[in-house]
Amino acid sequence: MRALVWHGKEDIRCETVPDPEIEEPRDAIVKVTSCAICGSDLHLYDHFMLGMKKGDVMGHEFMGEVMEVGPGVNGRLKVGERVVVPFTIICGECEQCRRGNFSICERTNRNKEKADTLFGHTTAGLFGYTHLTGGYWGGQAEYVRVPFADTTHIKVPESLSDEQVLFLGDIFPTGWQAAAQAEIQPTDTVAVWGCGPVGQFTIRSAIMQGAKEVIAIDRVPERLTMAEAAGATSINFDSESVIERLNDLTNGKGPEKCIDAVGMESHITSTVDGIYDRVKQALMLETDRPHVLREMIYVCRPGGTLSIPGVYGGLIDKVPFGAAMNKGLTFRMGQTHVNRWTDDLTRRIEQGEIDPSFVITHNCDLDDGPAMYKKFRDKEDGCIKVVLRP
Amino acid sequence: MRYKTNLSQRGQADTATYRFAQGLGVFSIVLGLIELIFGRWLGRSLGLDGKEHIVRFYGGREILTGIAILASKDPTPWVWGRVAGDALDIGTLAYGYKRDPDDVRGITTALVAVAGATAADVYCAAKLSGQSKVPLPPVKDYSHRSGFPNGRPQPETVVVSEAMVVSV
Repeated sequence: MRALVWHGKEDIRCETVPDPEIEEPRDAIVKVTSCAICGSDLHLYDHFMLGMKKGDVMGHEFMGEVMEVGPGVNGRLKVGERVVVPFTIICGECEQCRRGNFSICERTNRNKEKADTLFGHTTAGLFGYTHLTGGYWGGQAEYVRVPFADTTHIKVPESLSDEQVLFLGDIFPTGWQAAAQAEIQPTDTVAVWGCGPVGQFTIRSAIMQGAKEVIAIDRVPERLTMAEAAGATSINFDSESVIERLNDLTNGKGPEKCIDAVGMESHITSTVDGIYDRVKQALMLETDRPHVLREMIYVCRPGGTLSIPGVYGGLIDKVPFGAAMNKGLTFRMGQTHVNRWTDDLTRRIEQGEIDPSFVITHNCDLDDGPAMYKKFRDKEDGCIKVVLRP
Repeated sequence: MRYKTNLSQRGQADTATYRFAQGLGVFSIVLGLIELIFGRWLGRSLGLDGKEHIVRFYGGREILTGIAILASKDPTPWVWGRVAGDALDIGTLAYGYKRDPDDVRGITTALVAVAGATAADVYCAAKLSGQSKVPLPPVKDYSHRSGFPNGRPQPETVVVSEAMVVSV
């Protein structure tokens, strides 16, 4: 089969690799009909995340048709059914899964020992996202093996198109969870850093969850325009001070809720901390650039909440935790517990409350994947979200 | 750095050159730190025995230039500043050779390194200078993409709780 294969920094190739096979009783094989490039795939493309090996298949946003199921699936998934596959692999039986904390499933990371060493405790296995999370091949391919398939799936109505449901596997519930974790009240101003795909869904989720005002922060004009289309107020950090503007918009009090949809690769700004992070990264003394985190802590209203869907991978430095403590800020974060939200979100799509396809800017063949990684990373040609057809 | 060029790129008009300039900025800071810390040893190796304050002064210059490249929205003049600094370095190495012709090996090595850095600096500065500084308008219009087919939801009609019980 053809697949997008990781070979190193900025080196992803469309190659022929062996077809997947049923390996465990709870496995299924899914023929991929649509897949997408996620912003967190760019952390692998730029080699910010360690733990990839040459030959690994990329991709954790995909959907398709069930072609084969193992004997342990027990009728919970049938050949021919149309499913979106969540990026988190879940057993559905462990203590965390029973609590709905699917992204920290205790059983599905087959390299649990590595994750235990690095993080203290394991997280769930993920598709196409390093050997720290299981080393499972991803879904930017013609076929994919889905482990624990009897629980790791989202059945979707035939009445909805691939474009409408594909993002149920990651970015839509990620944005939704980011807003839900902020516990938005009708009087709240919500500031969202980053207007990439997750940021766009976070903005819409915050609006749907009743925010009084949503403020979108980015520097790319097309992304800010898309945020404004949903009703957000935009701040272009290239041309104005984020902190001054946020204080202006909130009578000097700061937003009650701040959401970081940027993560570890924040844009290198012309600020002291931006230069500091860049130099420390070059000297390999810091893995992530937490500029957004620092800005959120500084500007957030005392008693407010910081929600962090943006991915951080390792060590950060000079985070003003004294300010966070003394302002009484609440931090919420984590990978998305996808299946916690998908029943509700599927219903909202069916009812026309939201059409997730708004975010797709580029539709291409799988063969175009390597070029699209670069285009997406460099924000060329108004690129916000790429969908690939195997 | 959203400059208009012949390229179709966005974000930075010429991402590769911008990243190259950022790399030179980091290189400049690291080199400057080395010159500050190992000024005495470098001075002895380059025919500047007893003049290590010059090496350390140049280290300070490298650090400031590096910071300026990383901090400025348009690094072009600062990369040209590095080119001027390279010329100063070459002149100083020539002075070191005149003072102590026996140190030819160390000075030749340093000259080759500075020549390489000069070539990189000139290339980057010339590429940056070739870019127009006119900001680009958005290349695509997404102003119709609200994502809300039925219109923006009314906040008071929506209640969300963080449901914990999910059947799988």
